[in-house]
Amino acid sequence: MKRIVLFIPLILFVLLAGFFYAALEMRKTRSVEELQSALIGKPFPAFAGLGLANEPVDLDTLVNGEVTLVNVWGSWCPSCVYEHPYLKQLVERGVRLVGVNYKDTPEEARAWLNRFGDIYAFHIQDPLGSLGIDLGVYGAPETYLIDAEGVIRFKRVGVVDERVWTTQMEPVYRQYGGQLDAE
Amino acid sequence: MAGNWMRSSTWLTGLAAMLVLQGALAAIDIFEFSSEELRERYQQLIVDLRCPKCQNQNLAGSDSPIAADLRREIHRMLEDGLSDAQIKQFLVDRYGQFVLYEPPMSGNTLLVWVLPLVFAGLGGAALALVLWRARHQAVAQGNLDGDDEF
Repeated sequence: MKRIVLFIPLILFVLLAGFFYAALEMRKTRSVEELQSALIGKPFPAFAGLGLANEPVDLDTLVNGEVTLVNVWGSWCPSCVYEHPYLKQLVERGVRLVGVNYKDTPEEARAWLNRFGDIYAFHIQDPLGSLGIDLGVYGAPETYLIDAEGVIRFKRVGVVDERVWTTQMEPVYRQYGGQLDAE
Repeated sequence: MAGNWMRSSTWLTGLAAMLVLQGALAAIDIFEFSSEELRERYQQLIVDLRCPKCQNQNLAGSDSPIAADLRREIHRMLEDGLSDAQIKQFLVDRYGQFVLYEPPMSGNTLLVWVLPLVFAGLGGAALALVLWRARHQAVAQGNLDGDDEF
């Protein structure tokens, strides 16, 4: 009986080792970039500002009953150029895409869009990054998926490419009623 | 001997200087505060809050643009009269609990707070038991032999 007591430290050690090993393994599959946003399941924060054509935009402009991707981008952001062709494909398949022009100037943003193509339904100017703070943005690019009622359902930190879209975003997009045209 | 002492005191001074200067590694912004109290709270907050982009730095030590934005936002909120708790909650609502270097005692972080105490308690109890046994045995043996020479 007393012998068993002697094994308690060993048992504790094995339990702890298992716990830490599991935590390490989880770390591998879930990179730091993929920290879950604190805003998942919450409504898109209210905002009112200007679009890139200096038209007034607010939450009602954004939430129009369609599942929408909100892409945080800037003309200063190289990865935004990289993901642009894939976002374009998604738009061509019927996805509604709205831009948050993050920490940029309207002039430079328009020049960028002229060069690469304006695939967005509209843009929200966020020159100081204040909407970015309300959204919990770390940097560009980031892409939020909001449902028809404007509730944030998914957040991607970093570029959206085919792998990210098909494995992570498309299921959420379809789950909330998003439609995709055949390729 | 005196030389040795001098050397170690120099070393200690250096170490102390390093520790003090660590605070001086902060990124430099120019903010006007309406009171000294607000400035002190600001300094404490940016040390306590983690930069979301560069997760091994606090807001004070980070040069990333998002850290600068958050420092500006914290300055604004302090001047608006928000409490430290409200400011922290503002950031937790947007960036999640990991912006706090010190996680609150609730939910799934409870384990982090309680387990060390439990283990320290268990270890202390085990140590006390072993020591008590050893002494008890020694006394018992001493009584039996009546002989403490070895």
